[in-house]
Amino acid sequence: MKKILLAAFAALVTVSTLAHAGPKIEHWVAPSGARVYFVETHVLPILDVAVDFAAGTVYGAPDKTGVAGLTRSLLEAGAGSLDEEHISAKLVDIGARMSGSADADRAGMSLRTLSSKPEREAALELLRTVLAAPTFPESVLVREKARAVAAIRESDTRPDSIAAKRFAAAIYPNHPYGASATVESVERIGRDDLVAFHRDNYSAKRAVVAIIGDVSRAEAEAIAQRLTEGLPAGRADAAVPAVTKPARDTLKIAHPATQSHIHIGAPAIARNDPDYYALLLGNYVLGGGGFVSRLMQEVREKRGYAYSVYSYFAPRKLPGPFEIGLQTKREQAGDAIKVVEEVLAKFLADGPSEKELAAAKSNLVDGLALRIDSNAKILGYLSAIGFYGLPLTYLDDFPAKINAVTTKDVKAAFARHVKPEHLVTVIVAAD
Amino acid sequence: MTKLPLSALALAAAMLAVAPAPTFANPFETTLANGMRVIVKEDNRAPSAVHMVWYRAGSIDEKDGTSGVAHVLEHMMFKGTRLHAAGEFNKIVAEAGGRDNAFTSRDYTAYFQIVPNRALPRMMELEADRMANLQLTAKEFEQEIKVVMEERRMRTEDNPQSLVYEALNATAFQAHPYRRPIIGWMDDLEHMNWKDAQDWYRTWYTPSNAYLVVVGDVDHRAVFDLANKTYGKVKPHALPERKPQNEPPQAGIKRISVKAPAKLPYLTMAWKVPRLANIDTDREPFALEVLATVLDGHDAARFARNLVRGQKIAQSAGAGYDGTLRGEALFMFDGQPAEGRTVAELESALRAELKRVQDEGVSPEELARVKTQTIASQVYKRDSMMAQAMEIGGLEASGHHWRDIDKLLEKIRGVTAEEVQAVAKKYFTDDTLTVAVLDPQPLDQTKPKKSAVATRH
Repeated sequence: MKKILLAAFAALVTVSTLAHAGPKIEHWVAPSGARVYFVETHVLPILDVAVDFAAGTVYGAPDKTGVAGLTRSLLEAGAGSLDEEHISAKLVDIGARMSGSADADRAGMSLRTLSSKPEREAALELLRTVLAAPTFPESVLVREKARAVAAIRESDTRPDSIAAKRFAAAIYPNHPYGASATVESVERIGRDDLVAFHRDNYSAKRAVVAIIGDVSRAEAEAIAQRLTEGLPAGRADAAVPAVTKPARDTLKIAHPATQSHIHIGAPAIARNDPDYYALLLGNYVLGGGGFVSRLMQEVREKRGYAYSVYSYFAPRKLPGPFEIGLQTKREQAGDAIKVVEEVLAKFLADGPSEKELAAAKSNLVDGLALRIDSNAKILGYLSAIGFYGLPLTYLDDFPAKINAVTTKDVKAAFARHVKPEHLVTVIVAAD
Repeated sequence: MTKLPLSALALAAAMLAVAPAPTFANPFETTLANGMRVIVKEDNRAPSAVHMVWYRAGSIDEKDGTSGVAHVLEHMMFKGTRLHAAGEFNKIVAEAGGRDNAFTSRDYTAYFQIVPNRALPRMMELEADRMANLQLTAKEFEQEIKVVMEERRMRTEDNPQSLVYEALNATAFQAHPYRRPIIGWMDDLEHMNWKDAQDWYRTWYTPSNAYLVVVGDVDHRAVFDLANKTYGKVKPHALPERKPQNEPPQAGIKRISVKAPAKLPYLTMAWKVPRLANIDTDREPFALEVLATVLDGHDAARFARNLVRGQKIAQSAGAGYDGTLRGEALFMFDGQPAEGRTVAELESALRAELKRVQDEGVSPEELARVKTQTIASQVYKRDSMMAQAMEIGGLEASGHHWRDIDKLLEKIRGVTAEEVQAVAKKYFTDDTLTVAVLDPQPLDQTKPKKSAVATRH
């Protein structure tokens, strides 16, 4: 049967409109000072735009954690002469989708619209207005603070949220990466704080504009300039404190849940670290590769200890976390942690086997095409390339960078970035 | 465990007026000699393919005492066949650069791989293999049932809103099988054995109870040919009779509460409403769908505008209706009261929104928005092969035909304000209503629940 299938393969594959290599990315700096990343594709009559700013939680005052997220979410609460009802109604009337996101490093808005001119123009005008001229109405702020406080109180009863917050605080002591919004920090935030945070951080120089879709280069240039020319002048990048690594520790937090929620990890790498590829591959073998990873095999497949067990590196501007996570029946938490620790210790001592590394390379290289098979996915890469200053050829270079990594490289990279003396274990619902 | 709401399906059509589809005959369909249908949608934007096999067997087909077996079998399908060891399929998918998973719903179980298109023949070979040759063993089962119980703890036992939703279904339905949770009752999982899974597999896993959906950069003729050489080799067997198990009419409101550690209360309300039975002659399901969209279909919809933003009575508020299903349909509201407000106040506010539609109907602007959203969603869906495959497979699972995707959209667009008002008046009476509420308990006064001692062997 195999022979027949191989012969059929030739007929199966037709010509693709997106080639195997990465898409052609165009880059320029708009007159406003914003950095722009653009892919032209006319296959679908849609346009996606994302504008990201260096406006994440690290740029907020330490006693007002939550200001970055509130500023971002209130962009849509009123802008120019429009109130929040006008903004949401206008978007719906033209079939456009606008959404926002805010993480530790960045915050921004993305827009998806039909590319036909009336819809596109109206959608871009709305995006321009909310980015440049938010009004931060006091009444909306009062309401949204109340909702944020209620959400915090609720999340502080949930074992997964408690575990995530306590883990971040434990591995980033005295660093904004470890801070979560609290009832107190949100209650301290006033309208002036939002106005100031926007004025300081939502500037063209701090912005990356990503554009993909059914527009020409000239149109994309005009769009990028239009979206960023009216932004506030902003400030130079504020100094963010350096990350210091915590001492090895175990925190047990009481909770009545049936499962213990376990996080083990430490700060690891920044996005521009040359060890990125070695850690990506190594983590695939350890706990990133879904069903085939070592953690999945040992914890779930062999022992049935957990439905979900994983590890990841989340590189940021400054060293982001390495984390292993799982949930398991509380009575067996100790046994499960022991297995995880053994898997990790063995991996740190020996690194991956040649066979495992080859399988990881195969997945990451051959899977690249799947990670860039839609406009939405490519948009995410454009933003990341811009924000973290990755080369324009990042996607094209990816296979060669991955293939150059050896088992020795992986072992050495893990030895540099995942040190047992810094690993913190957080257990919520521990017996 | 994933479900596809009508809103997603209703948006299902090639919006030719907005953007010409590349091929008018697309998708393509054939039926193999053993009764298995094959549906292929060519989409050559990128060199990848989505490969999905759907079985018309979900928790709706389960019996009391073995609830959750459809989902347990889904897990066991990764445990090897006569030709391939446990986990080997996963490994082959991963090395091809792909990803794979499966999901069990009330109406169906589906398996998928998203792979570079050159790996598609291998996927078809392996998926056809486990359709016929699964090797179920007591040893693998004993490991995997523990994983499923951990999954239930994570999704349900420690998730107050899930507990409420589970209780709502178990109360709204007395006879109909939708009363059972997809993941199964914990006690049933504790007493399940490998033979239960084996029985399920032997009963429902047959090509005549399955269909294949492929979306991607493929030639449909080559896929048909491969399907014949792989799935076509699997011998079909007869299916047992499926009893309707219709729910007797409800005559009177049902109210329950669930205690769990939490801070905010949570309210759910569910009315019995019709499902979509006949796409050509039914009109009410489409009116119900439009009603759900007017209340909670987008950011400018009434619940967000009036209850969350306007009156500030709700921390969150939602409305939903899924009429494309095999079983009986519910129209649901849910929400959390804003801090300082009560569940009773939220319930009154939700009822007041309903009454406004009953008394005043909906506006032309609101109907126009439903149509705009429908068109835009349909265009946006073309950016995702998986979304297209889900649309085809989901509609088929509910007993309709992918060819009706266009018709569904037309029907939604044809709904009038009078029809929306009429269904709001007709179906939302307390006699068919079930209300389930989360009664939040302080954390420090809740004792840890001990897991049941393993009685299995």
